[in-house]
Amino acid sequence: MKKLLSLFYTLVLLAGLSTVAKAADPIRIPVLNWSSQIVMANVMAQAFEELGYEAELVPAESATRYEAVRVGELHVAHETWESTMALPFYAAMDKGGLIDAGSHDLITFEEMGVPNWVIEEGLCPGLPSWEALKSPECAANFATPDSEGKGRWLEGPYEWHTEVMPNRLKGLGIDDLWMVKFAGTADALWAELEAAKKEGRGTIIFNWSPNFTDAAGFTFIDFPPYFEGCRLENGGTLETTGCGSPKGWLKKAAHIKFPITHTSAYKFYTKMEFTAPNIGEMANYVDNEGMTHAEAATAYIANNRDQIDLFMK
Amino acid sequence: MNKNYLDIIRSSKPAQFGILLIIFLFLYHFIPQNEGNYFWRLPSLLGFIPIKLNEIIYAALYEWFPLKVYDPIFEMYEEKAAFREFTKSISKGLLFLITFVRELLLGGDKIIDIFVSDAWLKENDWMSWPALPWTAATVGAFLLGYQLGGFRLALLGGIGSLYVSIFGNWVPSIQTLSFVLITTPICFVLGLSFGIWGYLDKKVETALQPVLNVMQTMPQFAYLVPIIALFGLGDHAGSIATIVIATPPMIRNTILGLKRISPEVVEAGLMSGCTKRQLLFKVLIPTARRDILNGVNTVIMQCLAMVVIASFVGAKGLGLNLKVALNSLKIGKAAEAGFCIVLIAVILDRFTKAWANKQVDYFENLTFFERYKLLIIFGISILIFSVVAFIANGYFDKINYLYVIPIEKGFTFAHYIDAAVDWVWETFFYSLNSFNKFLLTQVLGPMKKAYLGMPVAATLTLTMGVAYIIGGIRTCLLVGGMMLFIAMSKYWDRALITMYMATFAVIMASLNGIIVGSIFAQTQRGSKFILSVCDFFETFPSFVYLIPVIFLFNITDTSVLIAAIVYATVPATRYTVWGLNSVPPSLHEAGTMSGVSRMQRWTNIEIPLAFPTIMLGVNQTVVFTLQMVILGALIGTEDLGQLIFGALSRAQDGPGVAITLGLFVSLMAISVDVIVRKWAEERKKALGLD
Repeated sequence: MKKLLSLFYTLVLLAGLSTVAKAADPIRIPVLNWSSQIVMANVMAQAFEELGYEAELVPAESATRYEAVRVGELHVAHETWESTMALPFYAAMDKGGLIDAGSHDLITFEEMGVPNWVIEEGLCPGLPSWEALKSPECAANFATPDSEGKGRWLEGPYEWHTEVMPNRLKGLGIDDLWMVKFAGTADALWAELEAAKKEGRGTIIFNWSPNFTDAAGFTFIDFPPYFEGCRLENGGTLETTGCGSPKGWLKKAAHIKFPITHTSAYKFYTKMEFTAPNIGEMANYVDNEGMTHAEAATAYIANNRDQIDLFMK
Repeated sequence: MNKNYLDIIRSSKPAQFGILLIIFLFLYHFIPQNEGNYFWRLPSLLGFIPIKLNEIIYAALYEWFPLKVYDPIFEMYEEKAAFREFTKSISKGLLFLITFVRELLLGGDKIIDIFVSDAWLKENDWMSWPALPWTAATVGAFLLGYQLGGFRLALLGGIGSLYVSIFGNWVPSIQTLSFVLITTPICFVLGLSFGIWGYLDKKVETALQPVLNVMQTMPQFAYLVPIIALFGLGDHAGSIATIVIATPPMIRNTILGLKRISPEVVEAGLMSGCTKRQLLFKVLIPTARRDILNGVNTVIMQCLAMVVIASFVGAKGLGLNLKVALNSLKIGKAAEAGFCIVLIAVILDRFTKAWANKQVDYFENLTFFERYKLLIIFGISILIFSVVAFIANGYFDKINYLYVIPIEKGFTFAHYIDAAVDWVWETFFYSLNSFNKFLLTQVLGPMKKAYLGMPVAATLTLTMGVAYIIGGIRTCLLVGGMMLFIAMSKYWDRALITMYMATFAVIMASLNGIIVGSIFAQTQRGSKFILSVCDFFETFPSFVYLIPVIFLFNITDTSVLIAAIVYATVPATRYTVWGLNSVPPSLHEAGTMSGVSRMQRWTNIEIPLAFPTIMLGVNQTVVFTLQMVILGALIGTEDLGQLIFGALSRAQDGPGVAITLGLFVSLMAISVDVIVRKWAEERKKALGLD
């Protein structure tokens, strides 16, 4: 026990030393929990290393990372989806410390939708138009034991859009046929896709593109078009709140000191604009070819050397 | 006549419970359900608490005691709050320690980099600490096992580390291990210091109790958010989250161990002329060594149980791999990482237990070589294997398998697990589906409605009444106060949903545990077997079954409850086995002689005698259940957990909300604990056990 104690004190002493000594400052990149994001983090890390920096991958959570970027815990947040992450992104910007380092070269889309087999089996004739959802027979095909006979409308976690979906159901006047259930995580959504297929029960879930579900076939529902201010929280009325989701950007955030501390890495970062097929390729290496994330990144860079070189110039 | 009735009521608990139930039902039915009615729902007078808490945290982090800090990048002075600089230096120190151990085992140049300039390091790229080859580490684990507990432990350590290596989990395992190796000593020192303080000062001990209770019962997600705010993201944040939950058992064990020392030992120390300090460090602590080291054992187990949750705030290692695998529905891979965690847990558990039981030999008279024989062998093996691995560098063109077997090249049995999950799914899907339908519509749905339809006056009457009948007026006021605190927030409805899920899961888990425990406790071998199964499930990360339950039971309350029941059956089983094993065999014989059947012996002798211990198990079940119900937010629930989990992504007001709601869950667990403990004590007294 005495040995344990003395070992402990030595380590504490060392730790104390480390805080006075020069702090190594690798570029800290957040790693979240979906393939394309992790592969892109690895691509960036490898590129930064090529540029002569050190990079560190830090496991993080989707929305808290903006606060971390703001205070300099992380240097970048490279996949910022408009509809789910714009709020914490701009909140951090308001407080000062986070800068917008441009967008990727693609339009993101996040909306309710159904896997293609739901349409093929005719569980809700008339899809992808939202009008099809007005039929009670359609809703009944989407019912689960806990949905009280209504169709279940599986939305992502509540904090993603809070009351948008319940309001939309009211706005479309179909809230007597459908009820919103909030899934806990994105994983729960994918598990639901598998389970519903097995059961042959209709399922309508919140999903986005580009995503790995694109490959298996997924159709988004056409809602009345989105316009600025159509939602209740943006000053819309019950008439307009039935609008769909906006097409959105995929931004890159950076810590305010990043351009000065890691100059050429920042330049790379602002020029780095991936397209939807690029992101699909990154995800594909992992999801379908079974590579590790680091391997996938190496493969991606090897395959797209010109693109990466262009970003580096 | 009248007096007679009163006497019956006064002396008979069942009668008292009956009256309470009648009052409860009366209130339930006759209080109108409308929002303005304070008997139905209390106004949220305490609604300001989360916001205030949040303000305090942020003020502390960014406003209080500003310091002028020079920023070399912008070449100007910035104002920074002292508190944040303080937490930042803690984070830095911790991160350094973890990286240090990691690099020591895995190699690298990050630590060297801290002490020299970047440019110098780039010029001298040979300056890198070599990785410890897994072969040498395996020998090391074998030798350590041998030193601590002979050949059997040696085999366990050796095979364990061989398994981890050839299945390609060496790097994440070391990352996890380094996390444990740093977190444990910190918990140890903190726990020992507070434990000693509590032992020396009765007031401190009394003050510590409620704090420890809250720390141990609070759902881990609740304090992850404040930890991110205070300490940022990374391995250090995971370590701090673990310290919160792992230190309390260390404190308790220290106090317990010191209290158990017989006064003679202290007197002997005093007679030999010990100073106070000597008495403490030379007499008391060595005497309590076993209890204290058992505390260390608990700490290590808690660390490993926390690795997945720690990965939510940035800890690397097996926990993170498990989480990422689950995110892409790769259950087999996740389970593989889970097994590694269990394996490390088992090895560390057996090793520390052996260490705790090892007596210090004060009269040993050994030469240098005899004393350090094993260490020398280990040193030589590192040298040999390193040289071999270094030479082999030329032989392997890309990956040097003698240092590390990377995860994609290691053996794997993930596809077997996937196949097994698929098989279960294929085979039982339809029957489980109809079971699920039945459960949801016939049991859970109505139960949830009943809970939500409970007027607050009725709920408070019921809980306080139970507390009063079992524990008297003080317990009643304590429980009432805690419930009132929850009821006066705006989250009461959500708390009711948490309660409904917890009630169901606790009842099912306790029944399961008592039945399974009773069956296995009939024989010695059975007890031993089931206890090791319990060990397995306690460290096996509960996250692994979150995804399979969604496959089987969909995103419904059933999924959450099944996961909770599986998880919480463990303590109920364990305590049942302990309780039954503690029934003296002479009583069994006495029973048999009086001609009771096996069943009668179980219901009339064993269960009543083991009852107090079983109730403590139920207590633990409540804590475990609540943890899992809150984790159920990952599946999708509408209770407190959803908000606690959601707070993770709300950096703005997240910390305050998370802590307040976590405290609510804690208070629920503590209320049950207070009542159950009183009851168990009373039964103990009545049975003459003690």
